[in-house]
Amino acid sequence: MKTQARPKKRATKKPVEWDLCLYVAGQTPRSIAATKNLQKVCQEHLPGKFRLRVVDLLKNPKLAAGDQIIAVPILVRRLPTPLRKFIGDFSRVEPVLLGLGVQPGGKVIA
Amino acid sequence: MKAQTARMKDKTPNTVKHFGATPLRGVPQLRKVRSGIDGLDDVTGGGLPYGRPTLVCGGAGSGKTLFAMEFLVRGATKYGENGVFMAFEETPKELAANVASLGFDLAKLEAQKRIAVDCVQIEPEEFAVTGAYNLDGLFIRLQYAIESVGARRVVLDTLESLFAGHDEVILRAELRRLFRWLKDRGMTVVITGEKGEGNFTRQGLEEYVSDCVIFLDHRVVEQNSTRRLRVVKYRGSPHGTNEYPFLIDEGGIAILPLSSVGLNHRASKERVPTGIPRLDEMFGGRGFYKGSSVLVSGTAGTGKTSLASRFVDAACERGERALLFAFEESPDQLTRNMRSVGIHIERYVKRGLLRIISARPSSHGLEMHLVNMHRAIRDFDPQIVVLDPITNLFAVGSPPEVQSMITRLIDFLKLRGTTTLCTSLTPGSSELEYLAGGVSSLFDTWLMLEVLRSGRERNRSLTIVKSRGTAHSNQSSEFRLSSRGFDLVDTYLGPTGVLTGSARLAQEAQDQASLTMHADKLERTTEARTRSGKVLRNRIAALREEFATLDADLEGSIQEETLRRDGLLVEREAMATSRQAFAGPTKKQVSRRAK
Repeated sequence: MKTQARPKKRATKKPVEWDLCLYVAGQTPRSIAATKNLQKVCQEHLPGKFRLRVVDLLKNPKLAAGDQIIAVPILVRRLPTPLRKFIGDFSRVEPVLLGLGVQPGGKVIA
Repeated sequence: MKAQTARMKDKTPNTVKHFGATPLRGVPQLRKVRSGIDGLDDVTGGGLPYGRPTLVCGGAGSGKTLFAMEFLVRGATKYGENGVFMAFEETPKELAANVASLGFDLAKLEAQKRIAVDCVQIEPEEFAVTGAYNLDGLFIRLQYAIESVGARRVVLDTLESLFAGHDEVILRAELRRLFRWLKDRGMTVVITGEKGEGNFTRQGLEEYVSDCVIFLDHRVVEQNSTRRLRVVKYRGSPHGTNEYPFLIDEGGIAILPLSSVGLNHRASKERVPTGIPRLDEMFGGRGFYKGSSVLVSGTAGTGKTSLASRFVDAACERGERALLFAFEESPDQLTRNMRSVGIHIERYVKRGLLRIISARPSSHGLEMHLVNMHRAIRDFDPQIVVLDPITNLFAVGSPPEVQSMITRLIDFLKLRGTTTLCTSLTPGSSELEYLAGGVSSLFDTWLMLEVLRSGRERNRSLTIVKSRGTAHSNQSSEFRLSSRGFDLVDTYLGPTGVLTGSARLAQEAQDQASLTMHADKLERTTEARTRSGKVLRNRIAALREEFATLDADLEGSIQEETLRRDGLLVEREAMATSRQAFAGPTKKQVSRRAK
């Protein structure tokens, strides 16, 4: 489990606006690429406002059933609501941005 | 669960019958896995292919999910093969409720770690595709479930749901990969699919499953719903290719047993009493063969049910178990009616030796009747089975169907060594030896009850038309029912012909009277003889007495004369002596001469 981009100041409780969870199946080229691509997108467009967790289902197979995962890699956006899911290796960025509801610069659209 | 355990103590021989071509010798046979579904292992010649996927397809409500679930449950409970059920269409609750109707306690099996259930939810609307992906998540879940119970059987119900949300190219590639993956692990898989237009399944799942395809059909025929199963394809194995009726109830799925293919039941030499001693005599002294089939035919009111009940009564008296299928009367009505002829079978019902199952034939389709009967016979394990009357079944199906059903039932019973008695109503008032549907050839013994009319009377008679393997009387007997029970009386055969009923009684009375007359005469003559004998003897005695008296008299006279003569001689001697002259011989000389 890797965590990235902690809020800058821990003292002031700045709300995390985007709560993202990426599920991958092992360290395959595709999962590595997906992780990298996603991190890039998040850092570019949501600097400091996101929390990204990466769950390796090979290490936690129970979560696959628990969170109803079939296709991988899959990104689950928990916050902001509504819950949204994205499958693929994030080589195509537009659907991600559209789905996450961001425009370049961090402005929330949807 | 009770129904399941009861069925597990099945007495039917455990041979698996092969259909179609016999397997070649020396060629390695396809390894099979017993499904545990009633009758399926017979149709498929051993079960489903080991380590391969089997496709079960059919329309909505045809029983695919239940079939798949039973495959898993029986595998876990009967053969020690645990399983995984991956459901794509139902929630865990729905699934559990669904299979509870088959008597399966899914929660318990999950708790015992025998079956793992994973319900996959597909929500297509929420996907956005951002690049290439695969279905590893599914593989991971499957792997996890298999490992959690050590499964050897897997059910996927139904993979078609995946087609709703995913890219078809990726999906089909992944499905190919999935089946290879399952095969590599030696999993025996059952997948379900809904019937498509022209294809076996809507999404063409059959392209992945080339080994075994089973088709379930559910249709309504003449207001009765019937279910049929067909093994469409079974690569590498002979199988029955017909449609087999099956039924689903709280004991699971039951495909009709197909023992009619073989006529290789054993023939017993033991005998079973009929319950009527005089009838036993007509069979050479001992009754029916054990395990044989007996037909009792007759027109209305001839006493068929009574005879059948007496047979059952006698069997229960001996402590044997009997099962009576009544198609016309309720158990209460039957027992009440039988009391009027002195048969009290209700006490055996109470003791559990007799079970009466009543059902109007029109209440179910023929197959349902047959399967219910099979179930009842296996659960109760009787030595005697009675069907009363089989002719009512002709109302439910065409003659060939009913004949086929009765054939199968009788074959099944013969395999078990159960003695069967069926009654049959001959139509109308004719006493033709004709039986609707030509079923008489199925039976080893045929008793015919007839009505004989003489004057204004109806009397019953019983004739043995045939009895395979036994010498039997060819005489018709008069068959009487009364509150005391049964009576078989020889009919009177005299110069006037066959007499029954009151005519016979009259003739018998007459015979009796003449017999008495002769007996009287005999007695009198004997008496006369005795008397005259006595008389003569008396006379002889009298004569003897007379003679004795005479004899005594004469004897007396002789003695007197002898004395007188002696006296005279003595006198003469004395005189001679006194005269001193020897006139004649002395007394001594006289007596010497006399000697």
